[in-house]
Amino acid sequence: MALAAPAAQPSGPPLAAPPRETTASWPLADRVGYWLCWATGVGLCLIAGSIVLVMFVKGVSSLRLSLFVQSPAPSLHQSQAGGFLDPIVGTLIVTAIGIAIAAPMGVALATWLSEYRRPAWLARAVESAIEMIAGVPSVVLAIFGLLLFAHGFFGFLSQSASNGTVTGQSFLVAGVIMALLAVPLVAGATGEALAQLPARTREASYALGKTRATTIRRVLLPSILPGIASGVVLGMGRIIGDTAIITILLGATLKNEPVGELPILGTLRGTGSTLTSYVYNNSPAGEGNAPQKAYAAAFVLLMIVLALNALVTRLTGPRARRTDTRPRIWRLLPAGWASWSR
Amino acid sequence: MPAAAPQYPSTQAAVRTDRRAEHMLGALAVGVLLLIALMLVTVAINAWPSFSANGLSWFGSGGNLVTQFEAMHTNIPLQGHELLYFRAWPLIWGTLLSTVLAVASALVISTLAAIFLTEFAPLSVRRVLEPVIRLLAGVPSVIYGLIGILVIAPWINDHLISNPRKHSVIYVVQLNGADLMTATLILTVMILPIMVAISAGALAAVPSSWREGSAALGVNRWRTIWRVSLRAARPAIAAGVVLATARALGEAIMLAMVSGGSPFAANPLDGLTFLFEPVQPLAATIIKEFGGDTSGAVAHTVYAIAAVLLFSAALLSFAGWAVKQPLKRYGIGV
Repeated sequence: MALAAPAAQPSGPPLAAPPRETTASWPLADRVGYWLCWATGVGLCLIAGSIVLVMFVKGVSSLRLSLFVQSPAPSLHQSQAGGFLDPIVGTLIVTAIGIAIAAPMGVALATWLSEYRRPAWLARAVESAIEMIAGVPSVVLAIFGLLLFAHGFFGFLSQSASNGTVTGQSFLVAGVIMALLAVPLVAGATGEALAQLPARTREASYALGKTRATTIRRVLLPSILPGIASGVVLGMGRIIGDTAIITILLGATLKNEPVGELPILGTLRGTGSTLTSYVYNNSPAGEGNAPQKAYAAAFVLLMIVLALNALVTRLTGPRARRTDTRPRIWRLLPAGWASWSR
Repeated sequence: MPAAAPQYPSTQAAVRTDRRAEHMLGALAVGVLLLIALMLVTVAINAWPSFSANGLSWFGSGGNLVTQFEAMHTNIPLQGHELLYFRAWPLIWGTLLSTVLAVASALVISTLAAIFLTEFAPLSVRRVLEPVIRLLAGVPSVIYGLIGILVIAPWINDHLISNPRKHSVIYVVQLNGADLMTATLILTVMILPIMVAISAGALAAVPSSWREGSAALGVNRWRTIWRVSLRAARPAIAAGVVLATARALGEAIMLAMVSGGSPFAANPLDGLTFLFEPVQPLAATIIKEFGGDTSGAVAHTVYAIAAVLLFSAALLSFAGWAVKQPLKRYGIGV
């Protein structure tokens, strides 16, 4: 009644991949379900396609080369409002600070969790803590950062007014909190890569009389570099794409405004904006309301994100996949992705 | 599990280095725990003034939120009330509405998509669909918001909201397309990827012998998926729902852009118009109202909202752990 000719298979494939089956014999309700599945699959492709198409058409039509080299300027007319040089620089600075903190921290946490793990209760608690950081909305992380860094003790990280109050808004502060956003991703990817290393890798090193610390530094970490790299790239994607932390902790000002005289440190202690906050401020929801600029900046942002996406695919690509022991479908998303809940 | 520790290390110094490395890494791990504790305590302490001024009615409804925020911004208390007077119900209602509607629709769509991906999609289609899902997961929320407010909201305003409908509520609220429906639509797309990924992973991990057993009984493929695979994957789907809820709850920027931006409690009694009424969820309110001042009345109210979100996130994190427990019994990890 149901399966079409499953019997005449002398030494065919296992039944898990049954011979091609038509839906003709199915009851109507089942066939409706089958077609609904196809519809959602095609629908998802259409949604993604139209997002890219809209951004591409609107973005390219409003993108000018001059936008990349001009600073934003206050103006009622879109044509005189300058470009997004400062936001691009801001994005670079925030990402650099965030990753510089998150990468070592995430790798260290994952290494401890996977290689030392003593005492066990502490390891379990730390795992839930990392999971919780991944689950806290970024806007709440931003508020936490503000409460923490607006204390006089951390005044050196941002601007302090003459009466002693600290703004708690600067590139340094935003970068530090952005790191929290990326740590779960780096730790997740590193942890999964470590878990997939065959036991013989470690055993060979121990058999040579190497300690765990040496094994980690000389054997384990070098052999999971692609895994770590994909975690780092994912983390960069999260940092580049976040807006809430920027609007609250970086001020989302028109230009990057340095504090004091020192050239580099002054910028780091000052407020500024990134591409995301530039898009937000220039959208009808923000103050600027210059949709052309918003589209252009959003297009650049989307291209960066797509490039990072492609990089992750490459890092976890065919070569890396040979060592990836997860079932094929798990590779739908890069290692560690599932720990990302936002 | 790590392999057994080395029994005969080469030198004493190496052992000492090893121990020092363990302690340093362990200290970092403890630091993460302390950070979480610090976060909970700091946010709770700073949120306290708003909670203590309003009591439990903080969560209730009463008065107009617009005037309440205006009073706090201008430092002039509303007549007969404290400066910190605040009733968050419209915001909580907006959060509940957008989250529940988006998660419910994403649950249906993601389940179908996951079945399609694991069972029906030919290899060529799957090769397209996998990057598509990754792309949808990677698009920053501000871009979703931009598309929502510049493309979808105007379209809904022009084509779906008729003039009589606008006039029917004109004395209460203005309908302009930035509304509950737009917010829910985009939120659904944003939380889909994580739900699809988790459901598809669990469906693929269902032991093939279970499905074969069902097929051997003459059950067709669809019913096998529906009755065996999907049922076995239920805890994973629940875990996906929890993660997606956490994400929907915390989404601030996109919702601040498209949900209409007035703290209005959309009223289901308005019939279909309900879908076109603006909402303002909690997280979006933080973005809208916070102005850089760190100690005023607005700031304390914003901290209180953040505390509610943080508490919900912690609860969801625990719920996520709880729903994953049955999975361990099946041996299907998430």
